[in-house]
Amino acid sequence: MIPELGHFSLIVALFLATTLGVLPILGAARNNSVLMGVARPLAYGQMLLIGVAFATLANAFLSNDFSVLYVAQHSNSQLPGQYRFAAIWGGHEGSLLLWAFFLSVWTAAVAAFSKHLPEEMVARVLGVMGMISVGFLLFMLFTSSPFERLLPAAADGRDLNPLLQDPGLVIHPPMLYMGYVGFSVAFAFAISALLGGKLDATWARWSRPWTTVAWVFMTIGIALGSGWAYYELGWGGWWFWDPVENASFMPWLLGTALIHSLAVTEKRGAFKSWTVLLAIAAFSLSLLGTFLVRSGVLTSVHSFASDPKRGIFILSFLVLVIGASLLLFAWRAPKVGLGGKFDMVSRESLLLSNNVLLSVASASVFIGTLYPLFMDALGYGKLSVGAPYFEAVFVPLMVPMVFLMGLGPLARWKKMSVPDLARRVRWAFGSALVLAVLLPLLMGKFLSLESNKWSPMIVLGLLMAFWVIATLVVSLRQRWAGQGRFMQRVRAQSLSYYGMQVAHLGVALFIIGVTLVKGYETERDLRMNVGDTVVAGGYEFRFNGVTESQGPNYVAGVGHVSVSRDGHLVTELEPEKRQYNVSGMPLTEAAITTGVFRDLYVSLGEPIPEAEGAWAVRVYIKPFIDWIWAGCLLMGLGGILAVSDRRYRIHKKAVTLQGAAA
Amino acid sequence: MRFILPFVIFLVLSVFLYKGLGRDTREVPSPLVGKPAPAFMLPQLHDATRQFAPKEMLGKVWLLNVWASWCGACKDEHPILMELSHQNIVPIVGLDYKDKRLDGEATLNNAGDPYNLVIADLDGKVGFDYGVYGVPETYVIDKKGIIKFKLIGPVTPQNLRETILPMVAELEKQ
Repeated sequence: MIPELGHFSLIVALFLATTLGVLPILGAARNNSVLMGVARPLAYGQMLLIGVAFATLANAFLSNDFSVLYVAQHSNSQLPGQYRFAAIWGGHEGSLLLWAFFLSVWTAAVAAFSKHLPEEMVARVLGVMGMISVGFLLFMLFTSSPFERLLPAAADGRDLNPLLQDPGLVIHPPMLYMGYVGFSVAFAFAISALLGGKLDATWARWSRPWTTVAWVFMTIGIALGSGWAYYELGWGGWWFWDPVENASFMPWLLGTALIHSLAVTEKRGAFKSWTVLLAIAAFSLSLLGTFLVRSGVLTSVHSFASDPKRGIFILSFLVLVIGASLLLFAWRAPKVGLGGKFDMVSRESLLLSNNVLLSVASASVFIGTLYPLFMDALGYGKLSVGAPYFEAVFVPLMVPMVFLMGLGPLARWKKMSVPDLARRVRWAFGSALVLAVLLPLLMGKFLSLESNKWSPMIVLGLLMAFWVIATLVVSLRQRWAGQGRFMQRVRAQSLSYYGMQVAHLGVALFIIGVTLVKGYETERDLRMNVGDTVVAGGYEFRFNGVTESQGPNYVAGVGHVSVSRDGHLVTELEPEKRQYNVSGMPLTEAAITTGVFRDLYVSLGEPIPEAEGAWAVRVYIKPFIDWIWAGCLLMGLGGILAVSDRRYRIHKKAVTLQGAAA
Repeated sequence: MRFILPFVIFLVLSVFLYKGLGRDTREVPSPLVGKPAPAFMLPQLHDATRQFAPKEMLGKVWLLNVWASWCGACKDEHPILMELSHQNIVPIVGLDYKDKRLDGEATLNNAGDPYNLVIADLDGKVGFDYGVYGVPETYVIDKKGIIKFKLIGPVTPQNLRETILPMVAELEKQ
């Protein structure tokens, strides 16, 4: 009975969402405060109902209710508890439910934290989010309900894909979805600004913290996914330009452009229509990403078309949402007028150039990701253009982007003389260049490589990173210099300024990680007999054979590799090759010792049939690879600092005071 | 006027997507079909000192399979190629396209090597001569070195059974 309860709450939620999508917007147009007033209660009610549906599905998974088709397809009684819970979003239907649930959470959050906004703005924003929710609920109820029954019930489930049975995968999708869905808030603000015809700086000010929070979720979510791919896929890579990864990377790039462009719109009133367009595009890509990944379109167009109901629904929904917003944009944007004027060289123009570069980068990822889809649609097979394409287009776009990123925080609004700017950064550039040229000469010794490796790409990467750090120091010096006590001046700077700098420092660490791991990684891929040793990067790896071990729902061959340096034992690594009982799927579990300067990474290939006890073993030394994720975490931390800025907190305090007075 | 542009671009895109949805799979003729396979000389993947040229295969019907370690769809067709290689019906030459030598070798060491030999087209020059759209692709080449068929996308049990194997059997008789 309980699964039907979930289904029923979704139906009721659909009614609430429909009402939410219609009445408040109508009310805002007619200035009817009764109609506008229903927005908040409806938003809370919707969250409650979808929450009930979600809890119902969770209950079905945790209690092994295999009479529910979706549970039978994605779980198994042997599956450990935490993975049974994570299995909720292990497939298409459940992911949609998670999406819809998060959307209702964001909607309710906007309802709760918007007391200081004009009533018609709140009504419109919640209304737009309600309409999006209608689309998702309809799609779920008509084509992809997770509550479908399987009668008679299955004796046991088909099990969750072993690749997904991992702690990283328990939190990675929810994080990412919070990000995807979070962009709907910026979108809703942009649309309501267009609807209201008031495209001034205010909508930018209100949507900024929301957009930043969504961006933080997305940044962390992508980083988690990349980390997962690193240790779970056994390839030692951290980014594969896989369509699924790209689907999250495209909205992230546009989201990054959006948070910068919102800042300009708020502070200077410039790029008004561009910012609106970015908000629409970032959310459109989020929608597209969700569908592309979840519908399996990218794996094959034909599986997509084989369920024509889903395909047509998705396409119509996308066309409706994106098409309608772009039409609205075409209608309203011409009346916006130009914002504050600015010179060829100014902080505005630097930010605009970065916006353009990020958008072009996003577009090129889009082309590379969808090209196979188009080719397939045209009747060719499925293809991939893969890493060579992405690397070829990405690096040339990111180099000027990072260069401008260093200048941006130093440039003045409106107008800046080039000689003045050049004078202020000359030593920053000089020292970055010297360090970048010299450091690779020491790297070989530091990482115990056989030879020193100095290549232009390494120097370029390091130059970019050091440039960002050096300009950051220049900016801090400028801000901290002056009269009075030093600590006072340090405290006088806003948290959002520090947030920006922390995020930019994150980018620098990220670049260092990428550059050094690409430039200096050592890989050994070889067949090893018991007792064989291999030397890589100053470490000696000794293969002590493979023993069998029993996991909760798998059998594993556990390899034993001892690592020593200069005759001293450093660590024992135990990479696994698992065979899952139910699905029979093999899985490689790499063993990694992480370190600030290098990771030692060992994974098992296949047993060698001709030789008893011998295995194909892969040994990697990955210098500085953890800096990649440390950089991402810093970017996220920067975002969190920025939204904890005083101006947002003071606002809340004022609101609570008002509330208390009333 | 320029504000309508995003909408127009989006419209074109969705029309294209919609058309794509309804379309059936069909083989697209390659300009190279019926022409001699372009000549080249490339080092082998496992042993860079040994070279390979297509003329070594004259007198045999063979398959040229373009793949790469970074290509997802290649992992789909890989078990099918393994199966085919066990049956010993037709020699398969692999062309590792725009890849790093180590990555290519690691892929085959781990998942198994279905190829009679593998050549390393690390900068993609030969792939360019063959008009590779993307990876994977498979060419059927006859005893005289003429390309008889080009498959874009992965080998599936179906296209193997219905197209490639009958064609190989037919060409063997000539």
